[in-house]
Amino acid sequence: MANTIAAHHDAELHEEHEHVVLPQHRHHFETEEQQREAGSFGMWLFLLTEIMFFGGMFFAYLLYRNWYYPAFVAASNQLNVPEGTANTVILITSGFFMALGVWAAEVRKKGLLVVFLILTTIFGFAFLGVKADEYHEKWEKHHIPGASFDVKEFINPAAYGLHEEPLAPDMAQKTQVFFFLYFAMTGMHALHMIIGLALLFWLTWRAHKGDFSSGYVAPIENFGLYWHFVDIVWLFLFPLLYLINRHPL
Amino acid sequence: MSASTYTIVNLPDQATATMPKRHYINNEHGLLSWLFTADHKRIAMLYLMSITFFFFIGGAFAGLIRLELLTPQPDLVASDTYNKFFTMHGIVMIFLFLVPSVPATLGNFLIPIMLGAKDLAFPKINLLSWYLYMAGGMFTLAALVLGGVDTGWTFTTPLSTHYLNTHVVTAATAIFIAGFSSIFTGLNFIVTIHRMRAPGMTWFRMPLFVWANYAASVLMVLGTPVLAIAIVLVALERLIGIGVFDPTKGGDPLLFQHLFWFYSHPAVYIMILPGMGVISEVISTFSRKRVFGYTAVAFSSVAIAVFGFFVWAHHMFIMGVSNYSALVFSLLTMLVAVPSAIKIFNWAFTLQKGSITFETPMLYAFGFMGLFTIGGLTGVFLGSLGMDIHLTETYFIVAHFHFVMVGGMLMAFLAGIHFWWPKMTGRMYPESMSKLAAVVTFIGFNLTFLPQFILGYLGMPRRYHAYPQEYQVLNVLSTAGATVLGVGYLLPMLYLAWSLKYGEIAGDNPWQATGLEWQIQSPPLTENFTEIPVVDYEAYDYEWLANKTEHEVTTVG
Repeated sequence: MANTIAAHHDAELHEEHEHVVLPQHRHHFETEEQQREAGSFGMWLFLLTEIMFFGGMFFAYLLYRNWYYPAFVAASNQLNVPEGTANTVILITSGFFMALGVWAAEVRKKGLLVVFLILTTIFGFAFLGVKADEYHEKWEKHHIPGASFDVKEFINPAAYGLHEEPLAPDMAQKTQVFFFLYFAMTGMHALHMIIGLALLFWLTWRAHKGDFSSGYVAPIENFGLYWHFVDIVWLFLFPLLYLINRHPL
Repeated sequence: MSASTYTIVNLPDQATATMPKRHYINNEHGLLSWLFTADHKRIAMLYLMSITFFFFIGGAFAGLIRLELLTPQPDLVASDTYNKFFTMHGIVMIFLFLVPSVPATLGNFLIPIMLGAKDLAFPKINLLSWYLYMAGGMFTLAALVLGGVDTGWTFTTPLSTHYLNTHVVTAATAIFIAGFSSIFTGLNFIVTIHRMRAPGMTWFRMPLFVWANYAASVLMVLGTPVLAIAIVLVALERLIGIGVFDPTKGGDPLLFQHLFWFYSHPAVYIMILPGMGVISEVISTFSRKRVFGYTAVAFSSVAIAVFGFFVWAHHMFIMGVSNYSALVFSLLTMLVAVPSAIKIFNWAFTLQKGSITFETPMLYAFGFMGLFTIGGLTGVFLGSLGMDIHLTETYFIVAHFHFVMVGGMLMAFLAGIHFWWPKMTGRMYPESMSKLAAVVTFIGFNLTFLPQFILGYLGMPRRYHAYPQEYQVLNVLSTAGATVLGVGYLLPMLYLAWSLKYGEIAGDNPWQATGLEWQIQSPPLTENFTEIPVVDYEAYDYEWLANKTEHEVTTVG
């Protein structure tokens, strides 16, 4: 019967894979394996859309950096490198605890999973705290683009040799473009952190209830992917905004 | 081994067909069972209803535009009201009709069934994307009710950010939200196609409709986020006056153009690719042959998706991109014509020596092939630099993209709706009435848009509500055509609604087609397949079916 469409029993497929049917199993998936793979693949695709989303801003940043090079040098010198560095360390630590959390879920250690999720959350909040302090500093120095933007402090330490000279007025105005992109990119990143922290509360509560101690770890794994994505975006933002323009010669 | 077997039905069963007792429509009752459904078929029906609603809103604005252009004098409305008309027509038709039409209705309904799956990979995200679509639609209506938007659907900066005091932010929010709807639809389709295929359903056994939607989904997933960020930046620039697109603050309006067209040119392929998928199915079924060059047609969808991302800057030939980049983008633009032509030629070869019958879907498919060919060829004109400089922003370009998107996409949508109507509702549409509608649509369409090619060539600019006396004859023809076209759209609305109650019972497989969707009952069960099928035959295996009818079909049991 070459051209008939035969049918398998669900039971037969289950026999082949020796799967225990978990309560989280959705009816339209044939196996647990299929469900887990579909979820993970969906998450990767979603992260791809996120890359395209941030990509628009990275594109704008590279374009304007090329055009208004002195302004971008002067403006990036006004960013708080120690705080940015501290935040990089904090975020990587948070990502490290998240990775441990995924491991704890996979080896079905409920207590450890909850602890690691809480540690991830704490370091996530620490990052946002430092970020808020940086934003406050920008407010005090009148570096928020818009009405009260002040260009007095922008000097280009290296472009004129040993002398520190202010930028030409029209170029100094372009520092606003830098600060707009700084706020847009770090703000969008912080928004992703806030959404991530909200999800962490929900996952910690579910982990506490014991949802992820039975071998069903897909939500933890997929959230781990999201959290690492947020780390990686920052690992691009930090050098681009804080570091690469500081010593132009 | 198998308890029941699906056998391709080889005799017309319409005469004896009865409506199945239990199916996805009557499985649950009440409004809430629809609003909270996770069934891809019900979500497809929700989309069909809401998309039809927005299509008629967009169509009403088209009617108002044509009415104003009946006379050379600006006698119906003032210029800013006219601007609001064409903006609303563009926004509604593109973001709320053309982009979601085939994927969200036919794709949602058919892709899981064609793959032998019980549902899409993420049913709840599927429902969420319908709610996002509706929210986007409501914001669009809000922008309309609050007083309209007059930027044109392209939101060109700094016009949209500084000089027009209308509801740009509301409309931008609408598009941002509707964009997420299409991202989630695309994501759901890609995961489903990769992970939910039934045993034996290899990539090269998938129907071409699935391939086409796969390519369109890739475009949705990669392109839409870029539109989202561009729209966010426009809204921020309006709201708090930051200067990323404002030249007085060091920004660059051209950046907006790059970000916007990076999505909005591929969006044309998001619209047309699923339509091409429909045409492959229809042509194969009604010429009783496997689609000629199946692999070439499948890969041409992917090629269109890939090339689609490298052509955006042809929208900027007259806006100050450098000569070299214009040259490169001109060549890349023409390259897209190659995979499109592969499809057209392969359909033509499929028809050759086929046993062709002219059911309504086939009439629409023929309409598609003719109109899309004209639209595609005029696209090559516009891709050439010298011609583009003469013709851009004239009615020539209006005629061109209406030929591609209305003549192409809308014809394909109507072909698909008629083709799968028996499967979706279990009832046939009235055949002679629908043939009449197809012919009226075709005549009305040509009468509307052929004069616009001439108008554009003669130099009538788009987006103006008054014009010199000598253009009137052609404009009157165009408006008359739009009226005929309107009748052509209203007819299916009426007789399809009529057929829901009075249509002939369709039976499982009224077209004697080979796809998996025709092997299950019409309308299908909520879970599509009681047992997941094992596929061991190629798509469109009509040669086998023809031989099979000579013998008794034995059932494995």
